[in-house]
Amino acid sequence: MSTGPVNTAVLRTEFRLFRREPAGIFWIMLFPTLLLAVLGSIPSFREADPALGGLRPVDAYVPVTLLLGLIIGGLQGMPPTLTGYRETGILRRMSTTPVRPSALLAAQMTVLGAASLVSALLTLAVGRLAFGVALPRQPLGHLLALLLALAASLALGALLSALSRTAKIATAAGSAALFPAMFTAGVWLPVEAMPELMADIVGWTPFGAAARALDAASAGHWPGAAHLAVTAGWAVLLTAGAVRWFRWE
Amino acid sequence: MSVIDVTDLRKAYGGRTAVDGVSFSVDEGEIFGILGPNGAGKTTTVECVEGLRVPDAGRVRVAGLDPVADHAEVTRVLGAQLQQSELQPKLTVREALELYASFHPRPADWRPLAERLGLTAKLTTRFAKLSGGQKQRLFIALALIGNPRIVVLDELTTGLDPRARRDTWELIEDVRAGGVTVLLVTHFMEEAQRLCDRIAVIDQGRVAALDTPAGLVRRSAGATVISFTPSAPLDDAHIDALPGLASAARKDGRITLSGTDDTVNAVLTLLARSHVTAHQLRVTDATLDDAFLDLTESPA
Repeated sequence: MSTGPVNTAVLRTEFRLFRREPAGIFWIMLFPTLLLAVLGSIPSFREADPALGGLRPVDAYVPVTLLLGLIIGGLQGMPPTLTGYRETGILRRMSTTPVRPSALLAAQMTVLGAASLVSALLTLAVGRLAFGVALPRQPLGHLLALLLALAASLALGALLSALSRTAKIATAAGSAALFPAMFTAGVWLPVEAMPELMADIVGWTPFGAAARALDAASAGHWPGAAHLAVTAGWAVLLTAGAVRWFRWE
Repeated sequence: MSVIDVTDLRKAYGGRTAVDGVSFSVDEGEIFGILGPNGAGKTTTVECVEGLRVPDAGRVRVAGLDPVADHAEVTRVLGAQLQQSELQPKLTVREALELYASFHPRPADWRPLAERLGLTAKLTTRFAKLSGGQKQRLFIALALIGNPRIVVLDELTTGLDPRARRDTWELIEDVRAGGVTVLLVTHFMEEAQRLCDRIAVIDQGRVAALDTPAGLVRRSAGATVISFTPSAPLDDAHIDALPGLASAARKDGRITLSGTDDTVNAVLTLLARSHVTAHQLRVTDATLDDAFLDLTESPA
């Protein structure tokens, strides 16, 4: 028996349940890599582009697809599940046992976080093996930027489920947040290739700043403190909002 | 010795009062029923006992503990079966039993419990694929799996077929025989009559009556029911004048009266005096149903 925030039996159960969701596995773990593979198989994406500082588009898309996995995990995976757990009284039932319902929240974050990181590893591996994209030259800075982006994404997902009364609303809210998040992460146009003003504005968003930090770390530099701070600040702010508004029933 | 003490409990949602000064106490090893019409405040009352809701006023003690302030300790002694509370759709019955058993320091063995509740054939079935009755039986199992000292069952047998209902009643009697105190919310009179040692009838947020099932029946105005088919018409005025008469009904030539034992004697005298024969004469005790309707009659 455990009364701490992490309960291994709950974690094991949520992991098992995640494995029973083929859609979740596809969108979080396979879709970003699949997108990279499709883009990378376009010949022009494998030619150096002066607009990207001499990088090939496929190089620029590796950090973007890494972020995409984290964003889908946080915004598509978390809100409907967590709000559904509240809506159908699962959290309520758990609060009549010696285990706190926060154990479910922690387990969800752990499972989705792990799935997003596996997705990131898969993207890096396919980028390296299929398209010769160099692995991050500043791995520690890269990992740090990735973890901060993951924290921001999970916190945003938790905030959306805190603010949504039903699982249906949570799904809609997650989808509505998904497109701006994908845009700022550079899915349509990598941040590096954006016009300067747009890139500056996007740099103030959690995933825009994370994209710039990942770009820097990929190129071998320690990510800019400002970019790391922006993503970290968002993570703290969104977490505070989720804690402030989350209801167990 | 009492294990649940509720004193002058009050709870309102917005401006609407749900519980308006409820008091009762439940003795160790007792099966205590809470009976009442929909919206009477039954569920709110037991949710305050379970620590799921914070009372506006009043005092609740469970095994001497405050269910809100000492919530963690209360969860170790109290098992709860809730209304409208589901499980993860893709969780199997066996996984749910194992998971909830792992939450408790000294859980019951889930296998005999599943067997008792007829879930053995469903162990690998996912929650979403269970029928309403199977879900209900699983919830009962989850309430008992921690080997609680006190178990609160809200709408115990709702959705169960008559056979499963009877099996569940036997299980609850066995659980009590093991020394467990049972707080039972129900609106099935048969269930309350069969299981409960004492019943609190709650109506409009207040305790309308608190007694044994037999005591509640005796208390009601129409505790005795007499029915017969007269061989010749009886004068309505004579019937209406019967002492202690609570209600009178005529249908297809048959007369059904409820009242006291005095009413019965007076009916027999009236029949003899009028030289009327009573065919198929039946005198029965009123049921808890009748007593309940009598006690919760709203003036509106």
